[in-house]
Amino acid sequence: MASKAVYSHRDPMLKKRDDFEDILEERRNSSDLRYALKCYTPVVYKGISPCKADALTNMVLQSSHLHYVISQVSKETGRAVDDVQDEASAILEEMAQRLQLSTIRFFAFTLSKVFKTLFRSICVNEEGIQRLQQAIQEHPVVLLPSHRSYMDFLLMSYLLYTYDLALPVIAAGMDFMGMKFVGEMLRMSGAFFIRRSFGGDKLYWAVFSEYVKTMLKNGYAPVEFFLEGTRSRTSKSLTPKLGLLNIVMDPFFKGEVFDMSLVPVSISYERILEESLYAREMLGVPKPKESTSGLFKARKVLSQNYGSIHVYFGQPVSLRSLAEGRVNRSQFSLVPRHIPKRPSEEIQNFVNDSAYMLVRAQEENMVLKPWVLLASLLLQNHHQSQAPGQKPGMALDELTERVVWLRDLSRQFTVVPEIQETLYLRGDVGPKESRSADTTPEEELLSRAVIVLSCASYRNQALHVFLRPALLALAIHAAASTKKREVFYSFSFLRNMFSNEFILVPGATVQDFEEACYLLVKTGALQITQQEVLVTERGHRTIVFLTSMLDPFLQGYQVVCRFLCEEATEELTEKQFIPSIRRFIIKHLLAGRLRYTEVLSSDLQKNALAALLRLGAVQKLKGVDQGTLKVNTVMVNSLEDTLGGKLPTQKVVVARL
Amino acid sequence: MASNSSGGSSDRQRIAQQRLRVIAGHLQRPVDGDSAVLAAEYKAQGEQPGSSREEKTVPRRRQEIMKWNGWGYSDSRFFFNKKGQAEFTGKRYKLSGLIIPALKDWFESTFGASLQHKTPATPILNSSAVHPPTLNETFVEELKSTGIPFSHDAEDRVFRAHGHCLHEIFALREGKFGRVPDMVIWPNCHNDVVKVVELASKHNVCLIPYGGGTSVSSALECPPEETRSIVSLDTSQMNHILWIDEKNLTAHVEAGIVGQDLERLLNESGYCTGHEPDSMEFSSLGGWVATRASGMKKNIYGNIEDLVVHIKMVTPRGVIEKSCQGPRMSTGPDIHHFIMGSEGTLGVVTEVTMKIRPMPEYQKYGSVVFPNFEQGVACLREVARQRCAPASIRLMDNEQFKFGHALKPQVSSIFTSFLDGLKKFYITKFKGFDPNRLCVATLLFEGDRERVLQHEKQVYDIAAKFGGLAAGEDNGQRGYMLTFVIAYLRDLGMDYYVIGESFETSVPWDRVLDICQNVKERIVRECKDKGVQFPPLSTCRVTQTYDAGACVYFYFAFNYRGLSDPVHVYEQVEHAAREEILANGGSLSHHHGVGKLRKEWMRETVSSVGLGMLKSVKDFVDPNNIFGNRNLL
Repeated sequence: MASKAVYSHRDPMLKKRDDFEDILEERRNSSDLRYALKCYTPVVYKGISPCKADALTNMVLQSSHLHYVISQVSKETGRAVDDVQDEASAILEEMAQRLQLSTIRFFAFTLSKVFKTLFRSICVNEEGIQRLQQAIQEHPVVLLPSHRSYMDFLLMSYLLYTYDLALPVIAAGMDFMGMKFVGEMLRMSGAFFIRRSFGGDKLYWAVFSEYVKTMLKNGYAPVEFFLEGTRSRTSKSLTPKLGLLNIVMDPFFKGEVFDMSLVPVSISYERILEESLYAREMLGVPKPKESTSGLFKARKVLSQNYGSIHVYFGQPVSLRSLAEGRVNRSQFSLVPRHIPKRPSEEIQNFVNDSAYMLVRAQEENMVLKPWVLLASLLLQNHHQSQAPGQKPGMALDELTERVVWLRDLSRQFTVVPEIQETLYLRGDVGPKESRSADTTPEEELLSRAVIVLSCASYRNQALHVFLRPALLALAIHAAASTKKREVFYSFSFLRNMFSNEFILVPGATVQDFEEACYLLVKTGALQITQQEVLVTERGHRTIVFLTSMLDPFLQGYQVVCRFLCEEATEELTEKQFIPSIRRFIIKHLLAGRLRYTEVLSSDLQKNALAALLRLGAVQKLKGVDQGTLKVNTVMVNSLEDTLGGKLPTQKVVVARL
Repeated sequence: MASNSSGGSSDRQRIAQQRLRVIAGHLQRPVDGDSAVLAAEYKAQGEQPGSSREEKTVPRRRQEIMKWNGWGYSDSRFFFNKKGQAEFTGKRYKLSGLIIPALKDWFESTFGASLQHKTPATPILNSSAVHPPTLNETFVEELKSTGIPFSHDAEDRVFRAHGHCLHEIFALREGKFGRVPDMVIWPNCHNDVVKVVELASKHNVCLIPYGGGTSVSSALECPPEETRSIVSLDTSQMNHILWIDEKNLTAHVEAGIVGQDLERLLNESGYCTGHEPDSMEFSSLGGWVATRASGMKKNIYGNIEDLVVHIKMVTPRGVIEKSCQGPRMSTGPDIHHFIMGSEGTLGVVTEVTMKIRPMPEYQKYGSVVFPNFEQGVACLREVARQRCAPASIRLMDNEQFKFGHALKPQVSSIFTSFLDGLKKFYITKFKGFDPNRLCVATLLFEGDRERVLQHEKQVYDIAAKFGGLAAGEDNGQRGYMLTFVIAYLRDLGMDYYVIGESFETSVPWDRVLDICQNVKERIVRECKDKGVQFPPLSTCRVTQTYDAGACVYFYFAFNYRGLSDPVHVYEQVEHAAREEILANGGSLSHHHGVGKLRKEWMRETVSSVGLGMLKSVKDFVDPNNIFGNRNLL
């Protein structure tokens, strides 16, 4: 039942893809001012107890949860209760939103202007809006948009205002607060600010969680936050962060609300505003601190065309049906509900699985633009043409043929993926070859890498469509034989290895394997018998395409392993990891020992390290040498060999995994 | 009763009667006669009020006075007369013979039911449809020699094959009988029971104790898998008060006595137990002990576990009882707690010593209207915190308030109806209460007059702090009346496609509001999911308060037109509602017991070790499962 709710659109019999409507069209034809001043009367939650933003903070400060934590902190630290109480008020002051309709109207006006210049169209599935409207009335709603750009939450509020829906309160990172004027503007449009890290700060956690829960329970407003925690720099979904999801689910577990609707929202940009910034950031050019003047300088983006945006409001997921049979809520009846308690393993697993499900739902409702497919093909071609004896580039009609082939393939993988038919030319991005005489090879490499990484971020948008079949293709490639069992071992190894890189629901190896098999058999690329997995004659092309899609990642992880074995010294700390591996990779790239410029991506390197830490091949030392990495050379070595297909999987690692 | 006690009995009776007159004097109010009725008057009286003391309510042949396929007395029932007005028949109740004009509209609008669509019950109990008894001949032979009366008449057996769960009554109305006991035995005293249990053990016969038959937990259902002869041990003839000890304020009573007889007989001596469960007209003392019953006035008198001083129970291992009547003992775990709540799985409770109190001098009803349920709960919590709860305090939600209102009998004078209109205007228009949100707390004060009035003021003062307005005795009384006629009302509903039932739980204070809201919503949602065509009635009241929590009572009913298997749907919804209760920190049961209906949740409720403890007690006391009703474990 639960998974059906999330994945319902995967069943072609159940649902045809909703239609999109362009909301900018009306904006181009009527007055923005009148729009900004329109009568705004959203439907609200039926159980709402209306209150002002100030009343909200009072409720939080008077909650028994906060009282409990305050007295606990006061006992532990020996500070006076009043003192701690003041601190709590200060935290809340710093955090709280001050949603004001006038600010929203201001944004409605200015954003209309901005959006019209920047974007060709903003398309929204109106059926999703209707479902959301229904959901808002019945239960507290949590909005979970994908996060690719700073634009996301302004856009969300803008859309909800446009459709006369209740405006959300949005969890935003504290970094925005640094932008003096803008921070306050965002606050008045419903943003509340949370510190990026507050690890052991009990009081902060209590204030924060109580604040979110109070808004949610009272139906004050839909709560919006980003499951991915931060903007994805690579355009592929990030593995979900669980903190806030834990908090919002808590009132349901404790019976304080009957149910809750979790609404995944997929925002697909044709071109992301921060595109080149991201690439530079991943290559080690630090990102500029958010500041108002920075924003002002960034206005030059206004002169560019960023294509269209598609926003898909997914099927609201009922938390109650999701938890049905998985969470025994009576476990919360033995401790008073206001006393904070570490969630049980059962709850943690449930929250984790739900988070993955929701991120997958976001992925699946993404709209694939044709450029994405094009980018995938061009990148592969680019890498192949790096090999000696190949001439660079590709004829236009050959490219067209391949794109059409790929479109058909991806249509078979997802049921009805939204792939736009129109293809228009873009002049500004792409693997252009530009060579000037007075740059060092290293600088040249980096500037090329910026382009490759930008390009990869387009390819990444399509990754989730091909991910499972691609893992299978890779597994077939790596497995010692065509025996189904061995292919599965190999699949399971790769899947485990890459589970920090891609969205792979924990514990769903068998389902993923079966899904991949099903899809590849359906497209005719594979024949699967009881015992064996065989690639068909005409499936070769598909398999090659799929393997090369993941190839950069495979090589990237191998390089990380090699670096750790060869270069890691006793003193290597987590902080130094990225700079030193970057030097290592640049050296190898320049020497021509590596094929993929993409492995320079710090995102990939971090993910690889996280995977190794998770597998126990690398350990982070605690205590005096905080953050020092201790490498288990034997294990890392064997992982590298397995990734390279030199060692059969099941013997080495699977046993340990 | 008094026949067993000492010589001063006639003297005592005279004093008691005098006191009764005094009390009655207090209660008579010249102006508003209609509102000064005692709840006791809503309960039925025995055959003839004030009849001789040997006259008991429950005869051996229950069919002489009671319905075989519905609640209560044969002569008392609701029906819609030719004009479409609801009427209550008979002479037993205050409501008897009265017209209830608002009930039809409430009924039709709440359930979407119509008087055109009837579902009449099978009129006659068809004895030939009852399975012939499986008798254990040697047991019957030996039983005959003891002279204890018994019967294998089909009607007698059918009467003892069920309690009052919806599915049980529904089946009876359709003329369907499952497994019924093979014979019924009426022991007359403790020693008779000892003989019967000995014989049953000797011949391996299954015994199911039967008291008042008011169970709502499937506890009386014969296990269909039982192959032995099933004997229903009806305690109804063991109904004497054996002695009253005025020095210690205790009474020693046979366990088969039903509540109304116990109170009436004690009242004759100027005493009462104060134990008044809603079923007290028919439920028996033994049944209260076996299910851990709770009474409406527990705030003054306590629940059954507080009232019981000594229990005698006959088990297959022999008789269990304590050696003295000390008010409290530290002698290991209290063996009474193995007996209380044992639900007939260990033996038959035959005699009980109970605490008694002098009858209260003064009784007064009251009610408070709150703008919403939240405020009402907050007020009850405060009352509990200050430990000043009146004999009874209950908070009905908006739906139940309207339900109670629909039961208002026709008013005789224009003046009263004018007053009602004025009251309504004051509350909704002047005070601005939303008629679809307001709720009402009903109160019952008891004690000496001074103290009652003082107490009343204290409670009303607290209520005022939570926005409560005193709303008169009349409203209060009607609230209590609802609990006595609800079961009759269910029979009326069942004549018109409406089925329903009540269930209860206990829950800590901080969860009261959430549990009420979530369970009610769960019921509505489940009904919708299961294809019920009409919105259900889903209502609750906070019916008891404790220091650490409250007892919440739910009513749930729906119109089943268009459903092929309404009972199954009903059971699914009830099951879901119980799951919801448990998920919200509620208990499996506050006073209805577990029976077979709620058995599946016992392990999670008391833990595996707890269940093992209970099992090992059962294994020791009754290794051959003579008391084989399979309740609880």
